[in-house]
Amino acid sequence: MSLMAIAFYLMAACTCVSGLLVVTARNPVHSVLFLILSFFSAAGLFVLLGAEFLAMLLIVVYVGAVAVLFLFVVMMLDVDFNKLRKGFATYLPLGGALAIVILLELIFVNIAVANKGAAAGNLPHYSAAKSNIRMIGEQLYTTYAYLFEMAGFVLLVAMIGAIVLTLRHRTYVKRQDIHAQVTRRRKDAVAVVPAKSGEGIQE
Amino acid sequence: MTPDIGLAHFLAVSAILFTIGVFGIFVNRRNIIIILMSVELILLAVNINFVAFSSYLHNVQGQVMAMFVLTVAAAEAAVGLAILVTFFRNRGDIAVDDASMMKG
Repeated sequence: MSLMAIAFYLMAACTCVSGLLVVTARNPVHSVLFLILSFFSAAGLFVLLGAEFLAMLLIVVYVGAVAVLFLFVVMMLDVDFNKLRKGFATYLPLGGALAIVILLELIFVNIAVANKGAAAGNLPHYSAAKSNIRMIGEQLYTTYAYLFEMAGFVLLVAMIGAIVLTLRHRTYVKRQDIHAQVTRRRKDAVAVVPAKSGEGIQE
Repeated sequence: MTPDIGLAHFLAVSAILFTIGVFGIFVNRRNIIIILMSVELILLAVNINFVAFSSYLHNVQGQVMAMFVLTVAAAEAAVGLAILVTFFRNRGDIAVDDASMMKG
């Protein structure tokens, strides 16, 4: 067995086992941590396929942003997660049967495509002339330039949507109101009141 | 890479991950956080498929598509978790099977 095969089987097993533990772990924090492990192993698979840029992107975007976001939300919500697992055993037989059927179908199709399809007999592409990121960039900024812009727009909309959804105005919290501060005039705040000797002044 | 690891191996990993994602949605029907994580697993499986075909067909466009999938997955996670936080704030619970406020 070559070193590549050992690396592949190690990372494939790691991806699949941690993926399974994501959906079966009792504690959602463990689920998120297994999700991170799964993403790391998948990034290793990408490196084996010669897609180094996507591997790094997977770690930066998924592990650095998405998984941390999940971790924040899981730790922030004060929920009894054991109550949410109530239906687990009842749905297990149906889900398992369905999963086996889907898996067999997918694997049969995959074997047929891999052996008879357009990629049959090819070796994975490791280009020596151009780096992976250069090839991606040449496609991304020419053929897919508009789609690239749209992807940025999707992210912008998602960001604004997430802010709008989670922002709440709490009336009991005193905030700085810069407009009110700046537009305040002297007559609104200060008054000269003639006071008689020996008496105070009324409000 | 030696021919003992071929395209079928990578596609098999992708198929297993996809199936785990679907299975996770089935068995964790009440826990929306695990459902969102299962969706992320499914999208990861799709990405592995894209990259495997991109590598074996010697065509980099699959990797560009995988980047777009990554973008959409990140956006989906952000909006989904924001909805989840709002839902929790309004209801004090995240059990999705009694989330029928919006039924028509």
